[in-house]
Amino acid sequence: MSKIRVLVGTRKGAFILTSDGARKRWKVRGPHFAGWEIYHMKDSPVDPDRIYASQTSGWFGQIIQRSDDAGKTWKTPGSSPEELKSPDGMTKGESNKFVYDTSPETGKPLTTHQWYDGTQHPWEFKRVWHLEPSLHDSDHVYAGVEDAALFESKDGGKSWHELAGLRGSDTGPKWQPGAGGMCLHTILLDPGNPNRISIAISAAGTFRTDDGGKTWKPINYGLHSQFLPDPTAEVGHCVHRIAFHPSRPNTLFMQKHWDVMRSDNAGDSWQEVSGNLPTDFGFPIDVHAHEPETIYVVPIKSDSEHYPPDGNVLRDAMSVDSLEPCGIYFGTTGGQVYASADAGDNWKPIVRDLPAVLSVEVQTLR
Amino acid sequence: MVNVIRIVLPPHLRTLAHVDGETELEIKTPVTQRSVLDALEAKYPMLRGTIRDHVTLLRRPMVRFFACGEDLSHDSPDTPLPDAIASGSEPFLIIGAIAGG
Repeated sequence: MSKIRVLVGTRKGAFILTSDGARKRWKVRGPHFAGWEIYHMKDSPVDPDRIYASQTSGWFGQIIQRSDDAGKTWKTPGSSPEELKSPDGMTKGESNKFVYDTSPETGKPLTTHQWYDGTQHPWEFKRVWHLEPSLHDSDHVYAGVEDAALFESKDGGKSWHELAGLRGSDTGPKWQPGAGGMCLHTILLDPGNPNRISIAISAAGTFRTDDGGKTWKPINYGLHSQFLPDPTAEVGHCVHRIAFHPSRPNTLFMQKHWDVMRSDNAGDSWQEVSGNLPTDFGFPIDVHAHEPETIYVVPIKSDSEHYPPDGNVLRDAMSVDSLEPCGIYFGTTGGQVYASADAGDNWKPIVRDLPAVLSVEVQTLR
Repeated sequence: MVNVIRIVLPPHLRTLAHVDGETELEIKTPVTQRSVLDALEAKYPMLRGTIRDHVTLLRRPMVRFFACGEDLSHDSPDTPLPDAIASGSEPFLIIGAIAGG
């Protein structure tokens, strides 16, 4: 029988919720990493028992954790006794080492980006916002970080290397932090084209590579952001989240700071589809598992009033399962995780009173 | 001369390193912040980057070092630590700065 596993990252630890396919009764495990911020957890599509987690702290920095048994036990990759020393005798322990690439061979010297006051500011690593395991290899995983850049690991998270062509593009000095920091928060891997990756950054916009991450181009044509001196600028847009249906990777949906947008050409151009939403401000956006034209957003009153009744829903805090009917899940900064087992018609909290929820990912296990 | 140094980690780093209570390190003279942290990170690689930066090796801003009732956080990493630390009669304390309120 099918089983659902919900991975919940919060301000004070990680929780794992499980249910059978009926999605009526839920078992809650946690907190894992109690007291630490868990920005994101995500499983490998190749090996669902392998879960990567981003664990962060304002005191002690970034930690990457990995479980190979569905979250029962965790380790920092590369720290087992047999992995402690490299062949040259040097101590390992680099699973949390995210260093921007400044080499002339693979990028350009580290540039600056725009600061809140309009001056230029150096790139400084702060944390991993999002982990996106490869569709084909459980040891291969991408990390979207703040200050915005894309890293990858090909050894199960033991070491990380920047895909510097993104930050090295000429637009870097025009990127700027949003209220939550300058973060790369969304990574979409094209199921039919391993060389195509689309990412989104607040507040720079959306970018795409068609050569496996060597070169990138901004894909923001059609976006309009009133806060920019040039509202239709090539970069600088505060894109909160993008999503697609795996069967239609060329059709992208976007929740921008304001405006819900759609592209039918892999991001080359965008049209507004906010329609009759009560407000088109929000953070998350996701697509129904079986209906590629059914989109979910969480409208919020405005960018200065972020409080739906039980708290905000952050950009990485909504996800869908692939059962029939489709289930949809979201977590709030008020600590509730809500679920609908009938594509959104009826809702109930499946756990209450957690710490503020930062991320929600759903695994459909068959 | 090899010294046995006692280290007290903050609770979150004890959890990360799977350490219960104090930990001990064997360090050759001279005993300094740098030699202590080098030995600590060699024994517990998962602590690399959590106390000092991976590349610059500078102390993270919200981490402090105390010994014998003194805040040594701003001392040079190469200044010898007090004799009581080198002899193991007092522990070297690594503390998460008190913040918030």
